[in-house]
Amino acid sequence: MKRKITCIICPKGCEIEADNTSGELVISGYACTRGKRYAETEVTCPMRTLTTTVRLPNGRMLPVRTDSPIPKSMLFECMNRVAEIKLEPVRYAVGDIIKRDICGTGANLISSSSWDPVAGI
Amino acid sequence: MQDGKTEEMNFEEKTVDFRYDIVIIGGGPAGMSAAVQAYEDGSRSILIIEREKRLGGILKQCIHPGFGLEMYKEELTGPEFAARIAAKVREYGIKCMMSTMVLDVDQQLRVTATSSELGVFTVQAKAVVLAMGCRERPRGALNTPGTRPAGVYTAGAAQYFVNMYGYLPGKEVVILGSGDIGLIMARRMTLEGAKVKAVCEVMPYSGGLARNIEQCLNDFGIPLMLSHTVIEVHGKERLTGVTIAQVENVPGAGRVPVKGTEQYIPCDTLLLSVGLIPENELTVKCGIKLDPATKGAAVDQDRQTEIPGIYSCGNVLHVHDLADFAAQEARIAGAAAAKRVRELDRAEKEGAVEGENEPEKKIRIGLKTDGKVRYVVPQFITAREDVNVFYRVSDVFDAPQLTVTVENNAKDADGSATGEGTETLLKKKYLKLAPGTMQSVTLKKEMLERCTDGGTIKFGLS
Amino acid sequence: MFDVAIIGAGVIGGMIARELSVYELKICMLEAENDVGRGSSSANSAIVHAGFDAKPGTLKARFNVEGSGMMERVCADLGVKYKKNGSIVVGFGEEDRKTLEELLERGRRNGVRELYIAEKEELHAMEPGLAEDADCALVAPTGAIVCPYELTFAAVGNAMDNGAELLLNFEAEKIEETGSGKDAYYTVEAKDGRKIEARNIVNSAGLYSDAIAEMAGCGTFKITPRRGEYMLLDKTSGNACSCTIFRTPTKMGKGILISPTVDGNLLLGPTSVNIDDKEDFSVTAEGLDRIIAQVRREMPKVNTGSVITSFCGLRAVGDTGDFIINNPKRGFFNAAAIESPGLTSSPAIARYVAELIRDSGLEMKKKDNYIATRRAYHWFRELDKEERNKVIAKEPEYGHVICRCENITEGEILNAIRQNPRATDIDGVKMRTRAQMGRCQGGFCGPHIVKMMAEFMGVPILSLTKKGKGSFMNIQKTK
Repeated sequence: MKRKITCIICPKGCEIEADNTSGELVISGYACTRGKRYAETEVTCPMRTLTTTVRLPNGRMLPVRTDSPIPKSMLFECMNRVAEIKLEPVRYAVGDIIKRDICGTGANLISSSSWDPVAGI
Repeated sequence: MQDGKTEEMNFEEKTVDFRYDIVIIGGGPAGMSAAVQAYEDGSRSILIIEREKRLGGILKQCIHPGFGLEMYKEELTGPEFAARIAAKVREYGIKCMMSTMVLDVDQQLRVTATSSELGVFTVQAKAVVLAMGCRERPRGALNTPGTRPAGVYTAGAAQYFVNMYGYLPGKEVVILGSGDIGLIMARRMTLEGAKVKAVCEVMPYSGGLARNIEQCLNDFGIPLMLSHTVIEVHGKERLTGVTIAQVENVPGAGRVPVKGTEQYIPCDTLLLSVGLIPENELTVKCGIKLDPATKGAAVDQDRQTEIPGIYSCGNVLHVHDLADFAAQEARIAGAAAAKRVRELDRAEKEGAVEGENEPEKKIRIGLKTDGKVRYVVPQFITAREDVNVFYRVSDVFDAPQLTVTVENNAKDADGSATGEGTETLLKKKYLKLAPGTMQSVTLKKEMLERCTDGGTIKFGLS
Repeated sequence: MFDVAIIGAGVIGGMIARELSVYELKICMLEAENDVGRGSSSANSAIVHAGFDAKPGTLKARFNVEGSGMMERVCADLGVKYKKNGSIVVGFGEEDRKTLEELLERGRRNGVRELYIAEKEELHAMEPGLAEDADCALVAPTGAIVCPYELTFAAVGNAMDNGAELLLNFEAEKIEETGSGKDAYYTVEAKDGRKIEARNIVNSAGLYSDAIAEMAGCGTFKITPRRGEYMLLDKTSGNACSCTIFRTPTKMGKGILISPTVDGNLLLGPTSVNIDDKEDFSVTAEGLDRIIAQVRREMPKVNTGSVITSFCGLRAVGDTGDFIINNPKRGFFNAAAIESPGLTSSPAIARYVAELIRDSGLEMKKKDNYIATRRAYHWFRELDKEERNKVIAKEPEYGHVICRCENITEGEILNAIRQNPRATDIDGVKMRTRAQMGRCQGGFCGPHIVKMMAEFMGVPILSLTKKGKGSFMNIQKTK
């Protein structure tokens, strides 16, 4: 099967072709090795980085993300898990682990912003 | 207000409350980057004025990844990208006034602002950098027929509700416009449990990045309807639906709905992602003319406007494709502002008369476009050094060639250039050019040495 | 038991309440919407008409000229923006000139002062943006512009400052009369079951005034909604003309007007189409096209592309050809079918209705502690730096700008939520302060204002609406 894949690795958005008609996966049209790797995963198990928010004790939101891509098919499962998280009124910094190995994906949910409970921002 | 007395405050009689060498208006990626660069170039008296509580500008609500690839060679979310630059601002100890709104900038480089803490105050600067960013075009600009119910938001306002406050403005969504914010919000609303029914784009192509169409729409099976627009809004209190239709390009009348293609989509939310406009109220009020194509100030290669000492950079100058590019451009302005301050200080030390120590007048070569090239930045060049010129095209072109020519001015006031008549400076072939992707070419010093003072460099496509 | 219940808190109801609140009376205003002035009072041409248009001898002619004379003072007292910019009716060719001469004559009979016909040269000197072939115009220097919703808020607010009550979302459904003679009174019941009792009722219910009269058992007239669509242009177009510019009326109607607003925008409209649905506030593509075409004909240089918003107002057109202001039965007063020039006439109508009520036998004794004036919504914006800083030192919220397009501060927004009549929804804040009325139309400040209102009013964010009833801003919490 031949398949066109729009690469999402960088803003260039290369059109990559994945062809396994010969029984072996042949990737063409990529501009970098990261793009090639992306296309390979995309045909086997598409992976995405999840970015979302977690509610802070003061009602505002803390932006979070997975520290590595997770299976695309598990995005909503992880969203449901994220919704259950209750944060403590402590200081958060960029990169702090909010939830280890979320939904068994192997990826950690980390803070992508900071929050100071005293200043409230 | 009786009998037309002006409502604007009278700022004529200003008492200066503070003095800083460089005042930067806006603490987003551009403003912060300008400040960081000015500091790295030696300036120690820098003030950033930011209207919100926290640095970062619009990046604070852009929680998605896609930032930093150019600047840091790694993919960051908006808040992470902002935090990187903000860390530098803090490390350098650059003064930031938060929750402070600039009301006025004048040609004498006085900046008047207000905050709860300080009230209304005026800062005298030696250089001012405008970095106010841009805003989204609202619905009114589209003049859509129909009712005026709740549930119609710009994509950015919806993004604020969802990402900053954690509220979902609607459950069944149609998005008009396929700009990147609209695409990003399609995914974001979907992840938070809303159903995005369609993204309509009036043009035959999307203005958004291909990767965003892929990961924000295709990943979730959201249809992108090109050459479609919303022709009517329904609902009394809350939006109940929209009528969309296909459009065709009728010469002279623009893109008009095609009869018989109307379809009704029930929805409670319409998000608009129909373009960004530089936020130039202060610029205009200051008496700086805008380039009608960029809707930002006309600037030279240093991002200096027509008013000496006032610089403009980032999305307030022209809307960039990526925050990285806005931040990189801001470094040019920051460096130039620092240089100006150094020159002024040196002149002062050498005993120049006050008020007469503006850096000496430079040459001026104008940059023009042919319409197919929609705009160029900078719009004029005042020094013969390598200049990176950014440009954007007006339509999708297959296999176009960019030709840059100069029309020299016979009366070269400055006399140091060798050029005469019209000549071609450079040609460049492309596979494809589209309005959504900003391009750049470098005009080398050698090329500019063939351009006379008062001449015009023209950017054209064929 | 109220002495007077006023049904409908638009500019007419508000002005009547204000007029009556001078006296020792217990007054209430019953408003079906979530805010006052949500009907025709906020979507109209914002013009103080000079009075040459109405047929001599009608109530319209009388109250127009009287109201036009009163308006400047009323606005000064209430802190409402008003500007005597003059109106002109522009003519193209001989046919129009004849009509203008008739209008001149009619205006003089109505008692309009200072009217005259200007010739081409003078006309183009006055309004250089007019189409080249505009060759004469009726000039009415007493024509003015006013902010109509501010006038409504101020009138209602002033009445409330003097003790009048305001019941919102009170959709009157039943009116019953009890007793007779001096002891007679009415009970007004709302859709949601709330009831109030009042000795007298004023019917100023705009589009629904026929239904209210019907409920009271004196339904003798019918109101037809007439759609008028408008386009509001950005402030960059605000100086396209200085006068309000009318087109010479033809058999086809009065045509589109072009007018600056007191806030510096340019208003174009209205269209004029009779419709059936009193709730159909939709703007049509045909209407907008018609406005644009007519404006191009009259003032070719106006940039209709600088539109910030378009909206639709419904005029309450009666079937008698005139305002219906009367006392058809004991204790029941109509101020109905108030179409154009209703805004201009409002202070005169209010004075007249108060007289009708007095004449019917209600004792009206002036209050000792009557408050005649009101602080303008825009008071802060008129202060200079030093004065502002005095305010900010006491109330720091006035230093913090929330609406970046119009530079509206947190203090001004809080004031709109606190001052009578209090804003309880997003549009209410917008109409009082101009926050969200600028170029971004609330794209930036909208979410902040929602949060501020929720915090100040002590209600959940989810309960906040754009304009009451089901117009919720947010549907659910994300998590």
